[in-house]
Amino acid sequence: MPGKLKAKIVAGRHLPVMDRASDLTDAFVEVKFGNTTFKTDVYPKSLNPQWNSEWFKFEVDDEDLQDEPLQITVLDHDTYSANDAIGKVYIDIDPLLCSEAATVISGWLPIYDTIHGIRGEINVLVKVDLFNDLNRFRQSSCGVKFFCTTSIPRCYRAVMVHGFVEELVVNEDPEYQWIDRIRTPRASNEARQRLIFLMSGELQRKIGLKVLEMGGNAVVGYLQCFDLEGESGLVVRAIGTACTLEKISTFPATATHPNNSSPSKDMKEPGFGEEAPGVPLSSGPPTPLRAQTFSSFSPSKSYSRQSSSSDTELSLTPKTVGHLCHFCMIPPSPFCVFQEYPFFTLTAFPPGFLLHVGGVESARSVKLLDRIHNPDEPETRDAWWEEIRQEIKSHAKALGCHAVVGYSESTSICEEVCILSASGTAAVLSSRFMQDGPLDTEHRFEEVVSPGCGFCHIPYDELNIPFPAQLTYCYCCRRYKVPDVLFTTIDLPTEANVTGKGCLIQARLCRTKKKAQGEGNATAISSLLPFLEYELHTQLMNKLKLRGMNALFGLRIQISVGETMLLGLASATGVYLTALPSPGGIQIAGKTPSDITYEQHISTMQKKINDTIDKNKELYEINPPEVVEEIIGSPIPEPRQRSRLFRSHSESSDEVSELDLSHGKKDAFVLEIDDTDAVEDIHALLTDSPTPAGFYSCNTEIMPGIQNWTSAIQMFTSVRVFRLNANLTNQGLNKIFSDLCENLLKSLYFKLRSMVPCCLCHLNFTVAIPEDELIQVAVTAVAMSFDKEQPLENGKQSGEKTLIKGKHRPLKAMSGIFPPHLSFLSSLSPSLSLALLLSTASSLEKASPLPEGRSRSLRSNRSYSGSSVAVVKMTPLSFIPGAKIIKYLGIINMFFIRETSSLREEGGVSGFLHTFIAEVFAMVRAHVAALGGNAVVSYSMKECVFMENPNKNQAQCLINVSGDAVIFVRESELESTSVQTQSATTHTSNATL
Amino acid sequence: MSVELDVFVGNTTIMDKEVYQLWLNGYTVNDAVKVRIEGGVMEECEASAEVLLSDTMDQYRTFQMCERLLHHPAKLANQLLFQIPPDRQAMLIERYYAFDDSFVREVLGKKLSKGTKKDLDDVSTKTGITLKSCRRQFDNFKRVFKVVEELKGPLVENIRQHFLLPDQLARDYAAIVFFANNRFETGKKKLQYLTFQDFAFCAGQLINNWTLGAVGKTNNMMEDMDVDLDKEFLQDLKDLKILITDKDLLDQHKSLVCNALRGKTNVFNEMEANFKNLSRGLVNIAAKLINAKDVRDFFIDLVEKFIEPCRSDKWTSIDMNLYLTHYTNSAHILDTFKHHAVWTRYMGVIKSCILRMYHD
Repeated sequence: MPGKLKAKIVAGRHLPVMDRASDLTDAFVEVKFGNTTFKTDVYPKSLNPQWNSEWFKFEVDDEDLQDEPLQITVLDHDTYSANDAIGKVYIDIDPLLCSEAATVISGWLPIYDTIHGIRGEINVLVKVDLFNDLNRFRQSSCGVKFFCTTSIPRCYRAVMVHGFVEELVVNEDPEYQWIDRIRTPRASNEARQRLIFLMSGELQRKIGLKVLEMGGNAVVGYLQCFDLEGESGLVVRAIGTACTLEKISTFPATATHPNNSSPSKDMKEPGFGEEAPGVPLSSGPPTPLRAQTFSSFSPSKSYSRQSSSSDTELSLTPKTVGHLCHFCMIPPSPFCVFQEYPFFTLTAFPPGFLLHVGGVESARSVKLLDRIHNPDEPETRDAWWEEIRQEIKSHAKALGCHAVVGYSESTSICEEVCILSASGTAAVLSSRFMQDGPLDTEHRFEEVVSPGCGFCHIPYDELNIPFPAQLTYCYCCRRYKVPDVLFTTIDLPTEANVTGKGCLIQARLCRTKKKAQGEGNATAISSLLPFLEYELHTQLMNKLKLRGMNALFGLRIQISVGETMLLGLASATGVYLTALPSPGGIQIAGKTPSDITYEQHISTMQKKINDTIDKNKELYEINPPEVVEEIIGSPIPEPRQRSRLFRSHSESSDEVSELDLSHGKKDAFVLEIDDTDAVEDIHALLTDSPTPAGFYSCNTEIMPGIQNWTSAIQMFTSVRVFRLNANLTNQGLNKIFSDLCENLLKSLYFKLRSMVPCCLCHLNFTVAIPEDELIQVAVTAVAMSFDKEQPLENGKQSGEKTLIKGKHRPLKAMSGIFPPHLSFLSSLSPSLSLALLLSTASSLEKASPLPEGRSRSLRSNRSYSGSSVAVVKMTPLSFIPGAKIIKYLGIINMFFIRETSSLREEGGVSGFLHTFIAEVFAMVRAHVAALGGNAVVSYSMKECVFMENPNKNQAQCLINVSGDAVIFVRESELESTSVQTQSATTHTSNATL
Repeated sequence: MSVELDVFVGNTTIMDKEVYQLWLNGYTVNDAVKVRIEGGVMEECEASAEVLLSDTMDQYRTFQMCERLLHHPAKLANQLLFQIPPDRQAMLIERYYAFDDSFVREVLGKKLSKGTKKDLDDVSTKTGITLKSCRRQFDNFKRVFKVVEELKGPLVENIRQHFLLPDQLARDYAAIVFFANNRFETGKKKLQYLTFQDFAFCAGQLINNWTLGAVGKTNNMMEDMDVDLDKEFLQDLKDLKILITDKDLLDQHKSLVCNALRGKTNVFNEMEANFKNLSRGLVNIAAKLINAKDVRDFFIDLVEKFIEPCRSDKWTSIDMNLYLTHYTNSAHILDTFKHHAVWTRYMGVIKSCILRMYHD
C-alpha cells in the first residue's frame, strides 16, 4: 500500500448552459479512482463555479496507481431527473510516480465529452505521496521513466543501454460487446476510452517491470500502438529500449557536461567513457536481478524466454566474429548477446555507439484474426510478433550485424486480415559501455580516424555479400569498404559527413486486389506484398538517383490493406554521404531500338532526367569534393571497377549486363523502358514537383546542411480523405495516390509560406484505407524557420575549401561540431559566429567554446521555469531549437474518441475533424501545462481512425497521441555570456581534455 | 474522384490576414479564391488554384470556429482550443469589430432592432457591402450596445475593456451607442454630406460635455452616465431664450458681435443682416432640447438653422470660427444675461460641432 493520491477540485469556467430556463448550470464534480468515488458540493447557478473542495484522498496500491487514471466527471445537478453529465477529464498520474518528473498536476484542464467535445475547463490539483521506502518503491515499476524520444533524452546520460523490451495486452473491445447494443454511444465511447487508458497503464507497468529486471531505470523510444481488431478484440502493444539513465546533475561541475546540449561527438564522447567512472561498467547490469519478486505479476512468456536464450548463436558464428575483429577489433558487445532480440527502438545514438550500418531490413506477415479467447494469455499475438522478430534477427545476421537499430513495428487491419510489419536497420554497435579504461582510449583513437564515415563501412564480409552490392573504398578514409547506396531507418548520425542538403523522398504505390474472404484473401495479399515492396524499393532508388544522392535515412515503409487495394508509402530523407561513391545517373534503355521516333522519345526523356539531376544537384548543393580525390591522392589499393554496375535492383538482379551505359563518368542506373512499369516509374519520377523556393523537407530529426534555426516552430497535423471512382487501373490509382501526396505537400508549403526560409522536419505520413474507395492520408510535422545567412557552411566552406584542401577535412570536422540544433548561433552576429568558428577550427577536434557558455545559461536559468504562461510548444522532434530542455516531466499518452450525430451542423466531415484535432491539441497542451511543462517533444499522432456515415449524418473518430512533456528554457538571454567567455573557455576545455 | 475531407490544424493557429479580411467582407469561398488569384499569391508561392481553394476553405473554417469567441473577446485570451499569439488575437478582434463608414452611416442613430436588421439587404444593395458583412457589423453594434447598456462607468472605457478594442475604435463604438441610444436623425438628405467621423466627433463632444458623466456631478459610477444627456442641463437651456426674446439683449448682442467683426471678414454685411436669424436658430435649438423628439433632430436643426444660411452666404470656415467665437464671448459681456455657465457649456459644443460639420 505504498501511495496516497490526493485531489482537490478548485473551480470551473466556461461551462455550458445545462438549464435552459435559467441559462445557467448547477455543477458538481465526481472524483473517481479505482472503485472509490468522492463528490463535491453542488455549486448552484453558475457557469464559473468555485468549488474549492477539500483534498480527496485515495489510499491505493502502486499497481493501481500505475494502471488507473484519475477520473473526474463534471455533472449538472438535477433535482427531479437524473443528473446530466457535462464531461470528463482523465488524468494520467504516472508522471507523479517518478521522483525526477512532475511533483504536482495543477491547472485548467478541458472537460471533454465524446459527443460534444470540449465543454469548459476545470481547475484541479493532484498530488501523490509515495511512502519513502526505497526498497518497496523499487519493487513496483513505479519510477521507471518512459520517453517517446528515440534518442537519449537531453538532460540524461546513458550509463547503459540494456536493449529491447516489449509487451502486449489484449481485451475485448467494448464497442463490440453485446451491451453496446443497449447503451448510448456516449457510454460506449467512454467505456472504450477508459479501457484503453487502463490497458496502457497496465502495459506500461509490465514493461517497467521488465526494465527493472534487466537492471535499467528507463525506457527510451517507447512506442505504444493499438490494434483495433474489431470483433476479435483490442490489442495494445508496446516496444521500447531499456536503458539506465543518469540525470546530468544540477550542480555546476556536471552542468558543464555538454552531453545534453550538443550532440557533437567531440563533446559528448567523454560522457560515455570517462565521466561515469562510478558506475560498474565491467560486469552486467548494475542492479542485481530480482526476478523472483515479480512472480506475482504474471511474467509473460516473452521475458521468461530471455533467460533461456542467452546463448544466442548470433555473435558466436565464426564469420561474424571474424569480420568484426577484422574491421574494428571490437568484439560484439556482450550486453547484446544476452538479449534474445538485440533490437533498439532508438534512431539516434551517443557518438561512437553506432559502429557500422548494414542496411535496412523489414519483415511482414499476413495473419487472419480470430477472437482472442483468453485475454490473460495473448499467446497468438505474441507468437506472431515473435515470428517476425526472429526473421528480422536472421536478416541482421545475414548482413553480418549483431543488432537492429531504429526498430519499429506496425500493423494494418482490414476486416479479418492483419498485416504485421517490422523494420529496422542492421547494425554493429560498440561495446564501450562494457569496456574498461585502456581499451576505451584505444577505441577513441580508432574513431577519431573515421568519425564521419565509420558507420558507412560495411559490416558484412566482403567475399560473402548477402546480396549483390557494389563496394568501393570509403571516400573519406580510404581504408574500409563502403556500399554504393545505404538505406537506413535511423536518423542521420550527427557526426556523419554529408555533402549538401537533404530532402524528403517518397515512393508511393497503389495496387488493386480482388475482393476475397478469409484464407483466400490473406493468400492474395501475401502474394502481392513482395511485388509491392520491390516496386517501392525501385521507386525509392530511382528518386534517390534523380536527386543525385546516395543514402536514405529514416526510411519508413507503410503498407495499408483495404478490401480492394493495397497501398504502399515509403518515406525517407535522402542525403549525399561524402563517404559513399557518387551515384550514377539514370540511363533509359529501349530494348528494341528500331523506331526512330521511339529513340527520340527516349532521348528527350533521357535529357529531361539528366537536366533534373543537374538541377537537383544545384538545389541541394551537392558538389562532392571530386577534386580532393585527386589532390589527396591517397592510394586506392584496388582500382574501383566501374564498368559493370548495372543493376535494376539491389536484391533482385540476376542479369548483369555488360553494356557500358555510363552517364558522364559516373555509374548509370538503367531503366528499361519497354515494360509499362518502367514508363510509369519514369513518369512518377518526373512528376514529383520540386519544393518551392525557400523550403526544405525531411522526415528525420536533423536536416543536413541547415544549422541556424530560429526559434520559430510550427507543429501541425493535416488530414485528407480522398474518394476514388470504382474500376480504376493500377496506373490510374497510382497517379491519384501520388497526386494526393504531392498536393498535400504543396498545400503545406503554401500554408507555411510565411515561415520561409524553412524546413519541414519529421514529415510523418500515415496512410489508411478507412473503407472501400477511400484513401486517408494524415501528416504530422514541424516547420522550423532558419536564418538565410549561413556564414558557417556556405560562404565559409566554399571559400576555404581551396585553401585547406590538402589537409585532413577540417571543415567537415567543424560541421560536426555545430550540429543543426545549436541554433543559438543564429542570435550571434554573422561576423561573430565566424570568429567563433575559426577559433574552434584552430583548436580543432576536442575543444569547443560552446558548452561552457551553454552550461552557464543552464545555471542562471534554473530559477526561471514557469514564467512563460500558457503557451505550450509541440514538436515531433526531440529538441526545441534555441532552447535547452531542463526537465522531462513524463510521458503524455492520450486516447480520445469523438462522435457526432449532427455531422452537417458541425461543418461536415472537415469541420468535425478540424474541431476534434484542435481539441486534442488543446488537451495535450493543457495537460502539459498542468504538469508544469511548456513543451511536448517527440510528439506523434499514432492513430487517427475516422469513420463516417453521411447518410445518417454521423461520424466517429479515434485519435491517439503521445509525446514527452518537458520544461525548456530559451538560450537567447545568455548570448552575451557565451560570447564573453568564448575565448577563455576554449583554452580551459583544451586544458582539461 | 473528390477530396472528401481536408483539414490542417497547427499548434499555433495559422491565420492569413488577407483571407480573414475576405471572410469578414462576406466573400464566399469561391469569390475569395478568385480575389486571391488576382492578387498574385499563386505566382508568388508556386501554388495552384486547388491549393488556394483548400487553404481558403480551411481558413474560413478556422474563422467560423473562432467567431463565437470573438463575440466575447475576453474569452479569446483564456480559451484553450486555439493557441493564438497575443498580437494575432488583437488583430483578430480589431478587424472583427472594424466597420465600413458607408455602412455605419446607414444605421447610425437607428434603433438596433430586428426591424432594422431586416432592412439590411437594402443597405447591402445601396452600399455594395455584402449582406453577410452588414449583418456582422450590425450584430457587433447591437452586441456592444447591449453589453454597455448594463454596465456602469465611463462608456469608452467600458467598451475598450470589455471588447479589448483599441482606443479609436472604442470611441467610434461609443459614438454609435450614443447615437443609437438618443436616436439622432442622421439619414435625412441634408445630412448626407456628413461622414461618420463628423458624427463621431460630435458624439464625443456631446458625451464629454452634455452628459451626466461630463460634469462630474455623479459619483462616477452611475448607470448611463455617458449615454443620456444631462436632464438638468437641458432644462437650464430654456433660460437662454432670453437672448432672443429680450429685444434689447438681442440688439446689444448683435452690436457687440458686429463691432468686433467689422473689417475682419468679407462676409460682414451678410453676417450683420443675418445675425438675428442665426441667433434665434441656435438659441431655439437649445431651448427645445428638453424634448426627446427635438434631440433627435439636433443635427438636422443645426444644418437647417445655421449651416445652410451661412453656406449660402459663402462664409469660410475662418469666418465661421470668428463669428462663433465672438458670438459666444459677447454674450458674457451683456449686462442682464446671467446664464454664463450654461451658455459656455452649450456654445462650446455647438461651436466645435458646427466647425466640424461646416464643409462641403
